[in-house]
Amino acid sequence: MSRGEIVLLFKPISQNFSDFVIDRENDRCINCEVCVRQCSYEAHYWDDARQCVSHDHTKCVGCHRCEAFCPTGCLTIKKNPADFRDNALWTPTYMKHVYKQGDTGGILLSGMGSPSQKPIYWDNLQLDASQVTNPSIDPLREPMELTTFLGSKPDQVSFEQTPHGPKLTTKVGPQLKLNYPLMFSAMSFGSINLNLHKAMAMAATELGIAYNTGEGGLHPDLYKYGENTIVQVASGRFGVHKDYLNAGSAVEIKIGQGAKPGIGGHLPGEKIDEEVSKTRMCPIGSDAISPAPHHDIYSIEDLLQLIYAIKESTEYKVPVSVKIAAVHNAPAIASGIVRAGADIVVIDGFRGGTGAAPTMIRDNVGIPIELALAAVDNRLRDEGIRNHASLVVAGGVRCSADAIKAIALGADAVYIGTAALVSVGCTLCGRCYTGKCPWGIATNEARLKKRQNPQVAAKRLANLIRAWGHEIQEMLGGMGLNSIESLRGNRDKLRGLGLNETELDILGVKHAGR
Amino acid sequence: MRRVYPNKDFCIGCHICEVACLTAHSASNDVVIAANEEKATGLQPCKAVYEKGQISVALSCRHCDNPSCVSACISGALFKDEETGRTCYNETQCVGCWSCVMACPYGAVRRNTTKGKIIKCDLCEGRHMPACVEACPNGALVYESRD
Repeated sequence: MSRGEIVLLFKPISQNFSDFVIDRENDRCINCEVCVRQCSYEAHYWDDARQCVSHDHTKCVGCHRCEAFCPTGCLTIKKNPADFRDNALWTPTYMKHVYKQGDTGGILLSGMGSPSQKPIYWDNLQLDASQVTNPSIDPLREPMELTTFLGSKPDQVSFEQTPHGPKLTTKVGPQLKLNYPLMFSAMSFGSINLNLHKAMAMAATELGIAYNTGEGGLHPDLYKYGENTIVQVASGRFGVHKDYLNAGSAVEIKIGQGAKPGIGGHLPGEKIDEEVSKTRMCPIGSDAISPAPHHDIYSIEDLLQLIYAIKESTEYKVPVSVKIAAVHNAPAIASGIVRAGADIVVIDGFRGGTGAAPTMIRDNVGIPIELALAAVDNRLRDEGIRNHASLVVAGGVRCSADAIKAIALGADAVYIGTAALVSVGCTLCGRCYTGKCPWGIATNEARLKKRQNPQVAAKRLANLIRAWGHEIQEMLGGMGLNSIESLRGNRDKLRGLGLNETELDILGVKHAGR
Repeated sequence: MRRVYPNKDFCIGCHICEVACLTAHSASNDVVIAANEEKATGLQPCKAVYEKGQISVALSCRHCDNPSCVSACISGALFKDEETGRTCYNETQCVGCWSCVMACPYGAVRRNTTKGKIIKCDLCEGRHMPACVEACPNGALVYESRD
């Protein structure tokens, strides 16, 4: 591939102040053009004039695909060392935002979760372990239960005696059974491609957990994985019909998303090919816009109507979940959601991922999931309705320790999205909205999407969950617990590190040393 | 017998298999020397990625049960190993007539114009797994028996 265009010396400043530089060790470069073929942003090219592979720093998005694929290891992608004059207020990030907006006059867009420096409370929480007075348990030798049931639990249970022993007479509502307290977050077919949806479905089925369709409908090929599928109904109602609602093992109403609370969705027309169009039930190439609110939900009473409309159409066979972004009034809203009849409440924190969000909103709206989770769990307990719904959290869970801390804070299960994508190659370059994802994830381009082989991706996803499962079992065992159920909301197993009184109070944990 | 099977649905056209093949058949066993020095003296990969539109596929000798190349070979350089089932090639016997190149229905036998001989896949004799299969980053090449 040659550059094929006249290279002008002058470029807009926003381009020349590039974020990354491509470092090519020329002695080791064999001009094999692997980098040229892998880079979907054309940062690498065949230089006809010099008869060798060359590159253009300004086009590099820092996805590291070329670095990962270079067979001789001659490429390193580095942060551009060009420094602006130090200024604690005007960091390069803010200056580059302004340059870009001076060029375009548009809203700044970002992909993936917020990279901004805000407190990560997971890092300020420490887990407990048994010493002497209560024995720790070795999960390799003794049973260690991770099975989780999501759904409304009865206020009390009654039994009757039968000749075969006691029999439960209380009717328990529909439950979603998970072999691990982990699920794959809602990432719509369209925002990510069918290969990855297939991989998530296959991995969830193999593991006995669930994945969420996101607001993109369910491709006909994936109906067979229904038992491990949560089907989502969001404000655009894309791909929603009776068969869809009945295809999954739970239905989720998406009110908000942690990365962009108060904002709808926008899948650019470029990402809508024939398959996406069929599944979403919208025209090829047209932007799929999900409104900010559900236009039929302006109150808890309206939400109740939708919850029960869904329960009617699924004949009360599957739990109904409601997902909101973690915002200031999350506890009161969650209480309303539970009272409206939801079986599962999902809270998505401000660090949650996205395919595209306005940068200002992603980085400045919403609250940390740790605080929202603790506050919602407290509120539902105080009101005596905690058992009426399961609590699931999402948004910025990076490892099994984050997940187990979430459970100790009161979550029943955890959604992972970004971690799942990272396991199949995502490097968080944050350009999902361009539809040119070089890792074949957030793209529907035929030549790019085949970079994700569902067999390979499913194996990696399953490996990730199994690895986290083992780690959770080890940590539980260390605390002398043999079941994840014994840890739920057990905040005595947590201590805060370097947190102030208010933070400790909200989290409901003591400071380390107490 | 075990053969290398390509999967066009997941071949991403990266050509890493070609680089792997080149290195595996080099004297130096070093990717940089193989590509930058040995290539100039006639080293060539037995593997080639063919592309058309969005489709790409990596082709090499199929080791056919009844290979046309063996029938076409005028010098006995190409022959079938009855024991392993492989289609073998003895370079010293090759006279560079290109009959096999014409006969191969897959275009998997290629000319080495520097040496005036042909080049074709030997399934990486001596390796536990053909280098191309090992190097494929997307599982688009598999080494298995489908008999």
